[in-house]
Amino acid sequence: MYGSASTHDLPTSAATGLENEDPILLAEFEARIGRGEKIEPGDWMPALYRKQLTRMIEQHAHSEIIGSLPEGTWITRAPGFRRKMAQMAKVQDEVGHAQLLYSAAETLGKTREQMLIDLINGKSKYSNVFNYPTPTWADSNVISWLIDAGAIVNQLANAKGSYGPYCRALDRICAEEAFHLKYGHDAVVHMATGTPIQRKMMQEALNRWWPAIMTFFGPSDKMSVHTEILMRWKVKMASNDECRNQFLDMYVPKIWEIGLTLPDANLRKNEETGVWEFTEPDWEDFKRVINGDGPCNAERIAVRRAAEENGAWVRRALLTPKTQYVRPLA
Amino acid sequence: MDPKLDLLYRLADDQLILGHRNSEWNGLGPILEEDIAFSSMAQDKLGHSLQLYTLLHQLGETEPDTVAFTRNADQFHCCQLVELPIGEYDFSLTRHFLFDHAELLRFEALAGSSYEPLAQVARKLRGELKYHALHANTWMKRLGTATDEAIERMQRSLDFTLPYALGIFEKTDAEAEIISSGLFVGEDELRGRWLESISKVLSQTALQVPDVLSLTPVFGGREGQHTEFLQPLLDEMAEVFRLDPTADW
Repeated sequence: MYGSASTHDLPTSAATGLENEDPILLAEFEARIGRGEKIEPGDWMPALYRKQLTRMIEQHAHSEIIGSLPEGTWITRAPGFRRKMAQMAKVQDEVGHAQLLYSAAETLGKTREQMLIDLINGKSKYSNVFNYPTPTWADSNVISWLIDAGAIVNQLANAKGSYGPYCRALDRICAEEAFHLKYGHDAVVHMATGTPIQRKMMQEALNRWWPAIMTFFGPSDKMSVHTEILMRWKVKMASNDECRNQFLDMYVPKIWEIGLTLPDANLRKNEETGVWEFTEPDWEDFKRVINGDGPCNAERIAVRRAAEENGAWVRRALLTPKTQYVRPLA
Repeated sequence: MDPKLDLLYRLADDQLILGHRNSEWNGLGPILEEDIAFSSMAQDKLGHSLQLYTLLHQLGETEPDTVAFTRNADQFHCCQLVELPIGEYDFSLTRHFLFDHAELLRFEALAGSSYEPLAQVARKLRGELKYHALHANTWMKRLGTATDEAIERMQRSLDFTLPYALGIFEKTDAEAEIISSGLFVGEDELRGRWLESISKVLSQTALQVPDVLSLTPVFGGREGQHTEFLQPLLDEMAEVFRLDPTADW
């Protein structure tokens, strides 16, 4: 589950390092991407491309394991066999996605171990929505439906990108996310059309999550800068606002259809332009949370850190003197 | 209690509670692959318990969700082994190894039960349990022959867990009838097979196996006597379900 939040803070054009790249190789690289070819791990690529992709795939992988935590806490409390088993399977998928994505990122040269160390140290980020709490079962349902829905919008776009291993991982991930979407939708519909207690829980959870959902795709295009080269290299496939608009177009009618309301009086589709209008999210708050000061940042990292520390003896035991690091091939 | 009900409740409650415990490894495993493996086993165990509660329902007991989500600890018949908190990975792995060997052998035996609906379920479940035992064996052998640190941890866990594992084989008043009616071969017979099976794996490690039969088993679970850990687990499990018992979630 991953949006494109704040992953592309590129250096200014003067500091991209492109002037140090071989112009012939660079032209050939760009021509290949222009022809729609995929770049594979052994192929030549500019250092900036490698760096940006590593960072993006790594952040995506982190988002999957951190994202498994807020829903994971509801596995032990899921009501009834059907929900309990489905919630387990769903969360397990997310961890599986992390495994796939770490492997894809490793093809670019960074080890999984190092990525996890950077996650714990706060050096690398994950999707900001997971810094918000899930105080009820209904919050977990909102994530399963709408955050996964947002992730699909973003990931279907990125699956058409230029880096082969990432695209292949995304194809597999999207297939599973499509099931999550059905699961989440089913759970939300049961609550939204259920008893008064269930309906109230669901509406309150949606109200709590809506501001975070609106920031899921990252800052407004007016605010994000320097993404032109990443679009040309097919690292970034759609702008934040395009993804957000597509999401609103697909899901707001479905939310309204089941009798839920959204806490934004200005939310409406402009039928002439086809563009959704809404109250501008609080981007200052978004920045504050992404930089570590959100309600759950410390807790999420603490859980991850505990897992790493408690499991260190197992990883040490798996290493033998002959063990060598092998980078995945593709 | 009717011997069929007695046997089924013990089997179903063991699977439900250990499945629940295994699912707590989400996000906490020493490597991602183990988060995923424990989740798979948790899903299997939940599924197994559901099939067994369904058999109970067919015998006139309440439907599975109500049975699983509304009873209190003293109404549960699981052994105390399965209810202990997950602890660190060495304990969870050791419990998984000791329990799933017993479980695989139990369901292999139940495949020949005189109670045909249970025999049918057992024939299906034993195929899945085989993989649980394989997973446990792989890790026991790997960690039980690795670093001094790993061997020491696994040894401590084994010493701590074995008395609880013997509690799996606690007999109830229905035992004689269970055996004579051909429902199941019985707990003593199972314990003998289990000891042989775990010894075979442990002999391939650096771990010291005590004289298991001289240990004092931790009994009580089958009679509804549990550790202080079971009721909080059940309270957590039923937290949402109890918010509105009339609701369809």
